[in-house]
Amino acid sequence: MTHAQYDTVLAHCFDGFPDEACGLLAGPFADGAPTGEVGQVYPCRNADGSARTYTVDSKDLLAAMRDADDHGHDIIGVWHSHTHTDAYPSATDVRQAVDPAWCYVIVSLKSGEPVLRGYFIRDGAISECAVAVG
Amino acid sequence: MAVAVRLPTLLRSHADGAATVTAEGATVGEVFTDLVAKYPGMAGNLIDEQGGLHKFVNVYRNDDDIRYLEQLDTKVSDGDELSILPAVAGG
Repeated sequence: MTHAQYDTVLAHCFDGFPDEACGLLAGPFADGAPTGEVGQVYPCRNADGSARTYTVDSKDLLAAMRDADDHGHDIIGVWHSHTHTDAYPSATDVRQAVDPAWCYVIVSLKSGEPVLRGYFIRDGAISECAVAVG
Repeated sequence: MAVAVRLPTLLRSHADGAATVTAEGATVGEVFTDLVAKYPGMAGNLIDEQGGLHKFVNVYRNDDDIRYLEQLDTKVSDGDELSILPAVAGG
């Protein structure tokens, strides 16, 4: 993702604190899988309004899907913040992971410096989805 | 009634990779029945065991969430767009 996209993600996470913040990533899809390029980032509302869980507001998801479509892109991932834990998927994240092709980005605000990491969650197994900023 | 149905990436593998498909029906439930007839792989992703809308799915008729309309009995007209959205959540 670009520096501007990274900054957008982090700013949204800080703005949402102390609740968890969430949003979506969009980019090109080819042969049923994201190419890895991030075209757009969409800050969304956390419908849970919670410091422990998040649900991407479905209206925001619909708007993001439509805008991504206008760019010839698809939703390729979701990000959310962990306010008091590490940037690693929780049991809830694993249980509720919806799409094995998506990159699940987690921003930890546990310490002073935000930590951003990405993961694939497939059949309950977690593997790293490296996120490059540049 | 023929309506366009926008599919989330997860369901596209069941529809030959299509992002949008067309299905027939006078209500959302009928459209889903037609969808599953055309694309059997979607069975179980849309409707729960009690015959209601699957809890991990949100469906919009144009700009309206059908949970706040008449759920699966929500009527559709020619030219309407149904969007199937995954419930994106975690902790």
